Amino acid sequence: MSTETRNIRVDYLARVEGEGALDLHIRDGRVSSAQLRIFEPPRLFEALLRGRSHAEIPDIVARICGICPVAYQMSAVHAIEHAFGIHVAGPLRELRRLLYCGEWIESHALHVTMLHAPDFLGFDDVVQMARAHGDRVRGAIALKKAGNHLIQVLGGREIHPVSVKVGGFHRVPRRSELLPLAEELKRAQEQAIELLRWVSGFEFPDYQRDYEFVALRHPDEYPFNEGRLVSSGDIDIDIADFDREFEERHVAHSTALQARLRRRGAYLVGPLARYALNFDRLSPELQSLARDAGLGPVCRNPFQSIVVRAVELVYACTEALRIIDAYVEPEHAAVDVAPRAGVGYGCTEAPRGICWHRYQFDQDGSVVEARIVPPTSQNQPSIEADLAAVADAIIDAPDEVIRHRCEQSIRNYDPCISCATHFLNLTIHRP
Amino acid sequence: MTPRPRLAVWKFASCDGCQLSLLDCEDELLSLADAIEIANFPEASSAISAGPYDLSLVEGSITTAHDAERIREVRRQSKFLVTIGACATAGGIQALRNFADINDFVAAVYASPQYIQTLATSTPISAHVAVDFELRGCPINKLQLLEVITAYLAGRKPAIAAHSVCIECKQRGTVCVAVQGTPCLGPVTHAGCGAICPAYRRGCYGCYGPMETPNTAALAALLKSQGASERELLHAFRSFNAGAEAFAAQSRKHEPAAGGESP
Repeated sequence: MSTETRNIRVDYLARVEGEGALDLHIRDGRVSSAQLRIFEPPRLFEALLRGRSHAEIPDIVARICGICPVAYQMSAVHAIEHAFGIHVAGPLRELRRLLYCGEWIESHALHVTMLHAPDFLGFDDVVQMARAHGDRVRGAIALKKAGNHLIQVLGGREIHPVSVKVGGFHRVPRRSELLPLAEELKRAQEQAIELLRWVSGFEFPDYQRDYEFVALRHPDEYPFNEGRLVSSGDIDIDIADFDREFEERHVAHSTALQARLRRRGAYLVGPLARYALNFDRLSPELQSLARDAGLGPVCRNPFQSIVVRAVELVYACTEALRIIDAYVEPEHAAVDVAPRAGVGYGCTEAPRGICWHRYQFDQDGSVVEARIVPPTSQNQPSIEADLAAVADAIIDAPDEVIRHRCEQSIRNYDPCISCATHFLNLTIHRP
Repeated sequence: MTPRPRLAVWKFASCDGCQLSLLDCEDELLSLADAIEIANFPEASSAISAGPYDLSLVEGSITTAHDAERIREVRRQSKFLVTIGACATAGGIQALRNFADINDFVAAVYASPQYIQTLATSTPISAHVAVDFELRGCPINKLQLLEVITAYLAGRKPAIAAHSVCIECKQRGTVCVAVQGTPCLGPVTHAGCGAICPAYRRGCYGCYGPMETPNTAALAALLKSQGASERELLHAFRSFNAGAEAFAAQSRKHEPAAGGESP
């Protein structure tokens, strides 16, 4: 056994959203510590929301993330409506699902094609990859564009869409605006199936971990906006009871608040968790596509998350087509909203996993207190556990090989560091 | 083949949305990469090559001492420096801290505020280094970003209008929402988005920041006559471009201490 001490560092992680670094310490042939350091500066959203009107929240929280603004808008409007005793149903509810389909498509297609796939094929980026795999890359980019186009039509623009409001929308689309999108989405659905076949043929490191998966679960839908919070352990709770099972810890010598299960520590949110906990909510056709792609009903290999994202891409295209086909223009773009004092909870499935919000309002509907738990701060303990485990498995390999494998492990999670960083800051020291 | 100009993309405190706009140029990205060498764009590529760079796009605001140093180094490495978005040009939504007590803000988020190193203010890039061009918006318009890059490649000034959103509503054929009584910041807001909000049946909320020579006082009077409270006026001018001078100055007039109602 080697007795040397090795430190492997990556000073600026590439192809992730936000600013992070990686520190791995190896002693006596074992990983002694694996740290994902986040140096993204905090923007203090929970503080700046205080005193603002409920009506401003969807626009403000969108700015937490340029890649998944819809997730923040959706969790927020559901929490606000919960506090005010409003329930949005019918075509308005369907339009919210449709908007979320757009976000899953653009975000997953961005990650699968531009950020993650180059890892498996040995390229630095999508531009380089396009020189060797031009048609596939162009198809995947068209898929991403279809997702963005959907958000643009519903929300006015791809990034920080403007149409979402408490109670519904400022403006809802005409049926005639959605029909041309259906044509584009049919092509996108085919491109997603192509993409699924392509990525399922990649070579995946042989690695599995027994994660505790956490996701929403709805009686009859693959989850976007609603459901109970369930886990592959024994958790099955209302989203309002989040604090009973989960805690955010401020670790000693660390400026990170990390979300953990009170009873069991690290857990996993995101595509692998959603898929494992909701496989039976996928259509038989989609289940069989997943099986053809080499997936069982549960996937515990994080490197295969790229395949699960591709399955979800097919799902989002299919669901969007279903909604557009059945769409009936609602009479009103939003239901009436009467603010009242109280507390409301919202939890929706961002592309990267559950995004949990809690707001307390005073009687005129101004924010007294806001709490937001984004997916990446929940996954951070799992990311670090993966880093230690994957590096241990190839400990005798040259530093460069270990470094690449670790970077790839972080990208498995599609981490959204800007999102996480009103909770995470600067250097994380773990004992 | 003559060497292509070298592009770098930098991130400070931000949501990533403005640099994502470059990846959202789905139809143009691959041909853009033929015209310009993407030399440093960590969000998109693992291949990072050292400076100097011909064109730097800077996203985000300065909120830490470390970033205040880093932007000077970016400036040293860059021939032409363009800020992209409201964070980089005005401090962004996180500049709301400039009007509050930073210790109170940090304590509201973190259990152990003493571990957090952050500045009391969020400031635009131009408060720290010389900036060659500022592209506005929260987020920027990707077509305007392409125009800025194209203009740079062609050695001309970017064709970016500095008039108000009102002109864009007229161009788009949108019926004015302000005259129908919807509170709208369009008359004082910099164009560039394409007047999306009024087309989506709501008032402009100023995410492109102030236009050239805005008459914010006249707009505040109009909004007040339409029923806006002092607190609503304060919040209207104090959001995504709170740090932009024209909006900051108008917002101060609506603070409780300035005679506005208490919030």
